[in-house]
Amino acid sequence: MPKAEWPPAEKRTLIGKPIDRADGPAKATGTAKYSYDINRPNMLWAKVVTSPHPHAEVAGIDTSAAEKLEGVKGVWKDEAAKEVNYVGQIVAAVAATTEEIATEAVSLVKVNYNPLEHQVVDSDPELFKGDPNKRDQGNVDEAFGKADVTHSGNYGVPVITHCCLEPHGQVAEIRDGEMYVWPSTQNVSGYADRGLSEAAGIPQNKIHVDCQYMGGGFGSKFNPGKWGTISAALAKQTGRPVKLLLDRDLELMIAGNRPSGFSKIKVGATKDGKVTAFESEVWGTSGMSGNPPDLMPYVFDKIPNQRRIVKRIQTNRGPAQAWRAPRHPQNCYLTLAALADTAAALKMDELEFFTKNLDLTARPDVYKEELEIAARLVNYNQKKHVRGDKTPGPIKRGLGISVHTWGGLGHDSECDVTVSPDGSVEAKIGTQDLGTGTRTVIQQVVADTLGLPLDAVKVQIGKNEFPRSGGSGGSTTIGGVSTSSRLAATAALNAVCEAVAQKLGTTAENLEAAGGAIRQVDKPSNRISWKDACAALGVMPITKRGTQTRNEGKAKGFTNEGVGGVQIADVSVDIETGVVTLNEMVAVQDCGLIVNLKLTESQVYGALIMGITYALYEEAVYDPKTGRMLNADMEFYRLAGIKDIGLLKVHMMTGKGYDDRGVIGIGEPPVISPGAAIGNAVANAIGVRVPSLPLTPDRIITALQKEGSIV
Amino acid sequence: MKAFEYSAPKSLKDATALLSSSWGETEILAGGTDLVTSLKQGIAAPKRVVSLRNIRELRGVDNSRQGLRIGAMTTLEEIAQNKQIKEAYPAIVTAISSIGSPQIISVGTIGGDLCQRPRCWYFRNGFGLLGRQGETSLVRTGDNRYHAIFGTDGPALFVSPSSLGPPLIALGATITAVGPDGKKRDIPAGQFFQAPKSESERETALKSNEILTAITIPSAGGRSLANATYEVRHRHGLDWPYVTASVAFQRENGVARKPQLVLGHVAPVPWVSAKAAQALEGGKLDEATAKRCGDLAAEGAKPLSGNAYKIQLVKTAVKRAVLAAAA
Ligand SMILES: Cc1cc2nc3c(=O)[nH]c(=O)nc-3n(C[C@H](O)[C@H](O)[C@H](O)COP(=O)(O)OP(=O)(O)OC[C@H]3O[C@@H](n4cnc5c(N)ncnc54)[C@H](O)[C@@H]3O)c2cc1C
Repeated sequence: MPKAEWPPAEKRTLIGKPIDRADGPAKATGTAKYSYDINRPNMLWAKVVTSPHPHAEVAGIDTSAAEKLEGVKGVWKDEAAKEVNYVGQIVAAVAATTEEIATEAVSLVKVNYNPLEHQVVDSDPELFKGDPNKRDQGNVDEAFGKADVTHSGNYGVPVITHCCLEPHGQVAEIRDGEMYVWPSTQNVSGYADRGLSEAAGIPQNKIHVDCQYMGGGFGSKFNPGKWGTISAALAKQTGRPVKLLLDRDLELMIAGNRPSGFSKIKVGATKDGKVTAFESEVWGTSGMSGNPPDLMPYVFDKIPNQRRIVKRIQTNRGPAQAWRAPRHPQNCYLTLAALADTAAALKMDELEFFTKNLDLTARPDVYKEELEIAARLVNYNQKKHVRGDKTPGPIKRGLGISVHTWGGLGHDSECDVTVSPDGSVEAKIGTQDLGTGTRTVIQQVVADTLGLPLDAVKVQIGKNEFPRSGGSGGSTTIGGVSTSSRLAATAALNAVCEAVAQKLGTTAENLEAAGGAIRQVDKPSNRISWKDACAALGVMPITKRGTQTRNEGKAKGFTNEGVGGVQIADVSVDIETGVVTLNEMVAVQDCGLIVNLKLTESQVYGALIMGITYALYEEAVYDPKTGRMLNADMEFYRLAGIKDIGLLKVHMMTGKGYDDRGVIGIGEPPVISPGAAIGNAVANAIGVRVPSLPLTPDRIITALQKEGSIV
Repeated sequence: MKAFEYSAPKSLKDATALLSSSWGETEILAGGTDLVTSLKQGIAAPKRVVSLRNIRELRGVDNSRQGLRIGAMTTLEEIAQNKQIKEAYPAIVTAISSIGSPQIISVGTIGGDLCQRPRCWYFRNGFGLLGRQGETSLVRTGDNRYHAIFGTDGPALFVSPSSLGPPLIALGATITAVGPDGKKRDIPAGQFFQAPKSESERETALKSNEILTAITIPSAGGRSLANATYEVRHRHGLDWPYVTASVAFQRENGVARKPQLVLGHVAPVPWVSAKAAQALEGGKLDEATAKRCGDLAAEGAKPLSGNAYKIQLVKTAVKRAVLAAAA
């Protein structure tokens, strides 16, 4: 009887192959419909009324003038709103027959505010009041006393946003007592939560969620959000479908911040470069609630003597949301920058220094192998120099290294595979494809399991009526859906084998699927075509469910957790202008058994681009006096363009020691290191540490001037 | 966007007649790359928008007795592709191609570039041209990393956004405007830009019912006119410059004569550095002269709380522009 466990390399027909994404043509030609593209008959457009104040008491909301405007069909008020806590906070909304009328109606809503004191600055530790979260391990003071070298420095990462190309929101429609929603979400099976149900007055079992395509979420699109509940409430109130998606400025202001992390760090080491002590004080903001990133020290978490102090600074800024690998990129930068500076203080090569300290990480052997590969790919030995490029002229070149880690265990997931008597196959999972290629990998796993070509399998995802599957967060999707679809397909295959065993004169135990046929394992010529085999099922299709749970999936080796990656950046810096040019970036990464090599590499490329972007450009700028976000646009909230990203080289670890670990997620880990790698490369080039990201000309020139490197 | 009346007359006469004599009531539309954004954001909320798209005489580049005449509605792309301009005025071509967006360059016009509104983020967030809240200058108390370092004694602290202003001033261009009476007015490019003293003023010498019709670059009278622009930009693609420098001089026996030097993105107007330009006069066109010119250009800067770094960028931009022109 065919077994569900992952097939050995020589038996994989589609698993592991670099197959193009199934929905590529639909996306390239525009036939793929995103939430914004959904238009329903009689649909209304909703727009939101937001607070211009960072902190104020709400004394009253008067929507009467808006209601009188021709074309306005519905008005929603936040009845509970007593206080607003950030600029852009939604207090009311209107639904109208056109987007223009809705926009005009918004300007007619009068909200009475009594402004209160506010605070948006997050970079000053003095703003913290109270007892910080403190943790000591080992004997820190004694270790610093004994250290041959100590290094102290300040480092920081500002608040950035998700900047999803597709904004947050949904289209909602109530018909015959049931609600249909088309949201942009990372969480199809769990999207119809109680908040959405209460807003619409429709029980959870009558809410139909449909999200076929996603234009980015990065951790910010699990729940319906206020925009989701408002559109549901307006659909209920007006009896018409309602479209509510955020505009770009609100998207940047209120749809999710990545918490900032500023720090003061002290590192102690022996003169031959072994780190013995690490002390960090980290402060930052997540808006009104939540904590600054506190995984200190990052990756090198076995440093024997550690002290960690964390200070939460409350600010009147939009709320934080999980951002691709929450906390890791910030803590990676803070830790690895301080460690690289320690190497520089020791006048030691960075690669040598990191390699020497790998025993302070969870997976020294993996990192060592990966560092060697990365060094080779970037030509490290030819290009390396101690800190500060001494070649004449204003252009200085440098290399920088970073190391990161992530979990990535597959989430709970259920899949139904249906085989019809004509041999056609369908897989259904209530998962979502964030652009990562989830649809494609399910097809690959099911087709490979059944010994069929890719296009023999139809995959349906994106609806909550399908078997329940986890939200796409924590890089958990690939491990979850590959396992559930493998289990379901194997169960279906076994049913087909049972049906034809007698006909083939053997038992199901002794059959396998390969090359579009069911055949006898030890006598492959004894076979029956897949189509004929399925005819033996009779008149009814069979449906088999595969159920993956985190614990069982891990115990049985289908999925696993714990990956490591290293990255090396090669940059040039013009020290007379402060402009950084990224020459090359190398990423070496493991993620267990790779289901689709091309899509996996695409995840790493995408992560590098996103990482280069936050390393060099991204920062949410807030005005202290008005509390406004000054760059809630895509002009001064800069993202990297094609000319800014340089040459990207990706190497995936595969084969023995990797494939046999089971399937592990990849979406997040490669976005962790770019800040640290690029920051370290800039320091290596110019001989001076630029304390905070992003590495903009103003910061670089200021840092150079402070160190007296230019006048 | 507030609803407005739209008209696209065929003649200048009709167009000027449709314009109001006070700012804000009507707006002129050229390529729309700036105005449409302002309309959407409510920064501009006119009763009427007058498009210049149907006025034929505003388009194209021709040679006139005064020099090279560029119609106000000529697109940036057409200018950068013009053979004569490509050969003679690298200072202009660099300024255009550095905008970095094929979309903007192909629909944006030279008239629109010169008349575009500042990108100051306080202005764009609705705090007015001077970026004030009550009597307080939000620019001074807040984040002014992209703001002025020259001319900062006045109330206007934004930077003039036009990358074409500096090279046109350096090249001694003249700007022609037509008012409702049909009368033409020639304004030297150096006097076209002005720093507003109050919210009711604007950033150019134009009146609200005047239309910029053409820009004329005087012919160099057979002499070779060295010129170049250097821009410091963060991104390698579409972006705004931090600082630009445009330089022009006549070259005689290996030395510079009649040098002009104008900085961009450092003041509410293109900033003419006469003293620094003088350092080039008759001097040897080498690295040392270029550097001295850059250092002189940076003199007198009065940065705000967060933009002293721009002084270094001025030095570099000037040095590199001079060397590029000399090359
Ligand atoms: C992201 C981004 C980056 C940019 N980078 C740069 C840059 O680096 N350098 C640079 O110079 N520009 C830059 N631009 C601005 C761009 O060049 C201008 O938007 C464009 O040149 C404006 O031309 P337009 O024809 O579209 O003007 P419009 O948007 O139509 O008009 C702009 C303004 O000029 C007025 N106007 C237009 N024509 C006339 C006329 N003939 N007479 C009187 N008034 C007139 C309009 O009333 C309006 O106020 C950038 C723009 C963006 C969005």
